[in-house]
Amino acid sequence: MIDCAAYIGSYPFRQLPHPDPDVLVRVLAREGLGGAWVGWLPAPWQRDPLPGNDALFAALEPHRATLHPAPVVRPDWPRWEQTLRDVIARGARAIRAYPMHWGMGPHDPSMRRLALACGEAGIPLLLTVRFEDARQRSPLDVAGDLTGPHLRALARAGDRVHLVVTGAGRELLEETHWGLTPDEQRRIHWDFAWIWGPPEDHFAHLLRTVGAERFVYGTHWPLRLTQNPRANLDLLPAELRNPPIVDAATYAP
Amino acid sequence: MSDGTPLIDPHAHLYNELSGRADWRRVNAARMRAGDAMGVMYHVVSVLGTYGHRSPTYFPSPQDVTQGNRDAWMMAEADQERVRWYVVVNPNHTEHALAEITRGVANGAVGVKLLASRRADDPLNDPICALAAEHHLPVLHHIWQHRTREWSNQEISDGADLARLAARHPRVAFILAHLGGGGDWAHTVPAVLDTPNVYPDLSGSGVDRGMLDVALATLGARRVLWACDLTMETGLAKLRALEVIGLSPDEMADVRWRNAARLFPPGTFPRCGAIT
Repeated sequence: MIDCAAYIGSYPFRQLPHPDPDVLVRVLAREGLGGAWVGWLPAPWQRDPLPGNDALFAALEPHRATLHPAPVVRPDWPRWEQTLRDVIARGARAIRAYPMHWGMGPHDPSMRRLALACGEAGIPLLLTVRFEDARQRSPLDVAGDLTGPHLRALARAGDRVHLVVTGAGRELLEETHWGLTPDEQRRIHWDFAWIWGPPEDHFAHLLRTVGAERFVYGTHWPLRLTQNPRANLDLLPAELRNPPIVDAATYAP
Repeated sequence: MSDGTPLIDPHAHLYNELSGRADWRRVNAARMRAGDAMGVMYHVVSVLGTYGHRSPTYFPSPQDVTQGNRDAWMMAEADQERVRWYVVVNPNHTEHALAEITRGVANGAVGVKLLASRRADDPLNDPICALAAEHHLPVLHHIWQHRTREWSNQEISDGADLARLAARHPRVAFILAHLGGGGDWAHTVPAVLDTPNVYPDLSGSGVDRGMLDVALATLGARRVLWACDLTMETGLAKLRALEVIGLSPDEMADVRWRNAARLFPPGTFPRCGAIT
């Protein structure tokens, strides 16, 4: 099983303990994970994604057996199609995009084109709902959480679209999932890092209603404790133990 | 998951019939299911009036306070092996609050729960804390980590507010609720550093990396309590994180249960054994 939601690099709003690739490799081994899709954490707050992508590839180079780049493609940036081809050629396993940070609405045509282009290339488009709890955000952190209308619009864009959405809670997941046709629902996978376990048992509820096959494993390291998704799995009711969630490693283009 | 080492959750809630939730029994059962899996020996619970169904959760009416306390008492009576309870009070109704504490102590309450009905440093909390001191009861106070503005439906307090109340009542142990429960925990730790009778609990849905390290490095293991509140998977994650951040066995025992055993009245947690 791999972690689909890891990052390296600094975070603008608080100091993170050693957000470095060699530390991530050790953490993944400790947690029994076989690898990770890794993003460049400063990227959402940088306008031009290319230097961040270069830094990401360079930092991961010694660890490529375990750490797989998830670079950013910004679809309102010149030559983004070329960037997409380049990062795939360099070994990207997923493409990250941050429509909220780029001021893009739910029906932004460039995001739709990116989702379709990633789909045609057979690579997942990785979307992050949030980095921090809204209650602790800096006044400068005004992007807001990714919304259901964004996700539904992208999922409806085409039958080859494949979205991996990280950081959603139960409400966002449900309003998206149940607002899509069965075919469209199958275009989204979700991590469960922000979904509540017991006593509310939102994760158990979603496994019953949405299905384990819609979930992948994501930790949000180095922002959040890597132990959280494992704890969520371990506290499931007995009849739901060891759910057949999907290993994002199977999405390799 | 459980190795038999004592573990106390000093910040738990149970729902009642008047909460208006059709699934209240399921949620309570899920807490016990998860607690047993994790090895929680004792859940110290409160019932927050009617959880907004008849009066607001954080501003419960006297009638709902009484009903919630009665339900908490009954739940503790029904599960004496695992459940202890806080008596909830609304300090806007002083006489009622004091009577609830007196009645609660008579019925086995082991602590006082303050919600967000007044700011923590409000003088209306003083007679409540004075009575808590008489009975050697800790006070669990709902906290917003670093309040930078007002929020509806709560009279929120932060670590600095609670520190002012705690300084006025040095004989009372104040459990600062849910360091991971919303707002900026990085503000809370230094805000209470110089107030030794404030003990943050680690509960809350927040699992920020660095939070445990900063709290323990700054306050020390004798001032931090492990807890869950509304999300038990984050409690288990923090428990597992505590195991890998370099605590000594003594420090781990302090955070898991010994600090709680020191703060609550003697004999509250007999299954944990004596503190050595």
